[in-house]
Amino acid sequence: MEHIHLAIVCLGAAVSIGFAGFGAGIGMGMGVGGACQGVARNPEAKGAINTTMILGMALVESIAIYGLVVALILLYANPYKAQLIG
Amino acid sequence: MEHPILFISLILEKLGLPVPHTPVGHTLLEKLCEPYMTYTWLVMAFLIIVPKLTMGRLEIMPGKGQNFWEVVIGGLDSMFMESLEKEKVRMLYPMLATFALYIVISNLIGLIPGFMSPTSNWNITLAMTLIVWVTHHVLGFRYHGFGYLKHFCGPVAVIAPFMFVLELISNSARLLSLSIRLFGNILAKEILLTVLFMLAGAYFAPLPIMCLGTLVCLIQTAVFVLLAVAYFSEALQTEH
Repeated sequence: MEHIHLAIVCLGAAVSIGFAGFGAGIGMGMGVGGACQGVARNPEAKGAINTTMILGMALVESIAIYGLVVALILLYANPYKAQLIG
Repeated sequence: MEHPILFISLILEKLGLPVPHTPVGHTLLEKLCEPYMTYTWLVMAFLIIVPKLTMGRLEIMPGKGQNFWEVVIGGLDSMFMESLEKEKVRMLYPMLATFALYIVISNLIGLIPGFMSPTSNWNITLAMTLIVWVTHHVLGFRYHGFGYLKHFCGPVAVIAPFMFVLELISNSARLLSLSIRLFGNILAKEILLTVLFMLAGAYFAPLPIMCLGTLVCLIQTAVFVLLAVAYFSEALQTEH
């Protein structure tokens, strides 16, 4: 029975980082696409676009990082460890 | 997750000091011997000794070492100048530049085998975020008095109480987002390196991730400092 619990915990970790990466990947792609268009249309604004893009990408990426932190907590610092192992 | 080999911890263990094998120690001496504390001291020693050695005395005709530090200091200065006014940059420069140098060195030190990044521990990043967060509120109150609270109330007077609660929550969430972003990125890099090393370390499998990790280290430093600058400039601007 404990094996099933542990397997579900591992599955939960994988699903959390998977979905977080899925969403953040789409978001970052849209951001980079917009920045590339901006640079292609107006190459002089490259510096300002770069800084803004990196800041925006960091904000989007932090969503993926939250998923990662949840996955890491589930795997390495699970608060219900005692009950899971029994 | 603990690193397999941390050479400062090994040296301390040889010296007979109690190095904790849990993330956080129990007694005071154990707390002082935690890996992230000892490696923070290593970074501090690096940041104190290396500029002293490379710079020596300041000269009119800069040598190699002084040239390098002038580029670093000047580059940081022009980065802050983009979003803050001149006298505010002069006021905040020591703090922001210290954060930038400390974060970049402690991120990059994790790429060397046998070292760990102090920033891969939430205690360190949360402490830095707390400093930034408290400072930007203190500066806001000092420059605007109690008018600073108007920043949180939104444009329309009717929905001001509602907006105030929302802004308060979103402002407190900065504590989490700013600290977890840095800590999560660096921890993810370290865990990925460890896992790849355990899988196929003999065949240079971690090498591409190390190249990527160098980029991540520099970008995360820039992001932390730029976000801190953005918070400061938001707190210091005159209300509209």
